Amino acid sequence: MTDLTKLTIAQARDAMRKGDTSSAEITATCLTAIEDAGALNAFVHKTPEIATEQAAAADARIKAGDAPAMCGIPLGIKDLFCTKGVPSQAASRILEGFKPEYESTVTTQLFDAGAVMLGKLNMDEFAMGSSNETSVYGDAVNPWKVDDRNLTPGGSSGGSASAVAADLCLAATGTDTGGSIRQPAAFTGITGLKPTYGRVSRWGVVAFASSLDQAGPMTKDVRDAAIMLQAMCGHDPKDSTSADLAVPDFEAALTGDIKGKVIGIPKEYRMDGMPAEIAKLWEDGTAMLKDAGAVIKDISLPHTKYALPAYYVIAPAEASSNLARYDGVRFGHRAKLDAGDGITEMYEKTRAEGFGHEVQRRVMVGTYVLSAGFYDAYYNRARRVRALIKRDFDNVFADGVDAILTPTTPSAAFGLGEMTDADPIQMYLNDVFTVTVNLAGLPGIAVPTGTDASGLPLGLQLIGRPWEEADLLNVAYSLEQTAGFVAKPTKWW
Amino acid sequence: MSIDTETARRVAKLARIKVEDDALPALAAEFSAILGFIEQLNEVDVEGVEPMTSVTPQRLKRREDVVTDGDQQEAVLKNAPDAREGFFAVPKVVE
Repeated sequence: MTDLTKLTIAQARDAMRKGDTSSAEITATCLTAIEDAGALNAFVHKTPEIATEQAAAADARIKAGDAPAMCGIPLGIKDLFCTKGVPSQAASRILEGFKPEYESTVTTQLFDAGAVMLGKLNMDEFAMGSSNETSVYGDAVNPWKVDDRNLTPGGSSGGSASAVAADLCLAATGTDTGGSIRQPAAFTGITGLKPTYGRVSRWGVVAFASSLDQAGPMTKDVRDAAIMLQAMCGHDPKDSTSADLAVPDFEAALTGDIKGKVIGIPKEYRMDGMPAEIAKLWEDGTAMLKDAGAVIKDISLPHTKYALPAYYVIAPAEASSNLARYDGVRFGHRAKLDAGDGITEMYEKTRAEGFGHEVQRRVMVGTYVLSAGFYDAYYNRARRVRALIKRDFDNVFADGVDAILTPTTPSAAFGLGEMTDADPIQMYLNDVFTVTVNLAGLPGIAVPTGTDASGLPLGLQLIGRPWEEADLLNVAYSLEQTAGFVAKPTKWW
Repeated sequence: MSIDTETARRVAKLARIKVEDDALPALAAEFSAILGFIEQLNEVDVEGVEPMTSVTPQRLKRREDVVTDGDQQEAVLKNAPDAREGFFAVPKVVE
């Protein structure tokens, strides 16, 4: 075995069980790869001691013959997850120095399954961004490169995407509030799954917009997404919105047989000015599913256009409320105060110093739309529109559609710094195809299926019925097998 | 809707974020752009539609009203920028 970091979870699992390699060996190789990849700025807090210890424990468990699928698999963990005793700052200055006294449910479950933590991954501050440029750690960089420019790995789970695409870890956790798993997955040629809202516990995940946030796996292929999701999900009494539903065997669902499945193609996603290569990618994906025996059906989701504006009311409103807790009292940064400063000055200075520009902007927009006199006009109207967006999906599923195929992003990865002077709305448009899925609470998966003319990866998104991740993963598996996307970035870092 | 400097100042105050006077005009312009984008929602007929409260139609679980956790003063205070004698310490609030 030469390149252990390139293994998928499934390959590593099988090799470790056969005794061909060990978690200690794979973990050590990953740690070296991380040391060599400073230029990507993906890992922002490294935990080699924890990793080495967990790997040794995993090897003992594998030897004993009672190891779950994730046992011994080295992972990167997004900085949004609270990990006990390890910095967890949501890429924000305001959480500088914060070391949680507890472990998030997702990481607890992954560690219980024997997974190994290599370190914490870069992201946009509080998961607010689509390019990983709002991070206090600086930009994460896409391992894909076509000229002199450094490209964004997308956001907010940019560090996760960069690390998985560059083979620094076998897989990573991500979180997705408006597209933060799927857009970076598409920009880096990997697979990213956002589960149904409630499938994965949010406990211990730093909250951005609680009615939209879901954690999910970011992996090298669809099979790995199935394996890792299995370990991440399940009912958690500590999250009141976590669903008490049986968790099926996701990997067993991957038969590749999608004969007779009805795949919806929503006409509203054919946006004006859609680049020809995105349109072609979408047509090619449709043809692949049809050739595999699926029935293609044109569908309409009439309120699609209003998803982004509704999102930019609801998400900032929830963020302004969730981020009220960062007040310089209980954890993280507190501003130095001048003589005579009272508690109000402490709050105001702490939050001005601790939050970056995008976070401040969203907290203030949220404050505005929730303020007296505007609550009905903005917040309640947005929640009504959200109900209509969900109804659009309910209707097509009731008409027999099993999954919906769309592009994941309107373009391939763009250059870091290229959007700096653009109006914030331009950046928000990155999520135009993904944000509807969060508003409707549905599962969605990004699968790499091709490249643009310059050779950068592009992905398609499949959207499933609520709680039917197994079926969705199987359709994604079929698409992946037919598309045969195997390109990897050439190492330059 | 166009947001003026005074409104931007008021929102910053409500959000407890200190914004210097010279930064307010640019902030007001950004708010105006974002709110202009949001105002597309006015085109939608929402007559008779209930605002969404929960994306998945499930009843929140109930449990016995008993203490299930607690007695963790040290852990709770561990990350505080200023903790003294078992309390969070803040600048004087009451004269």
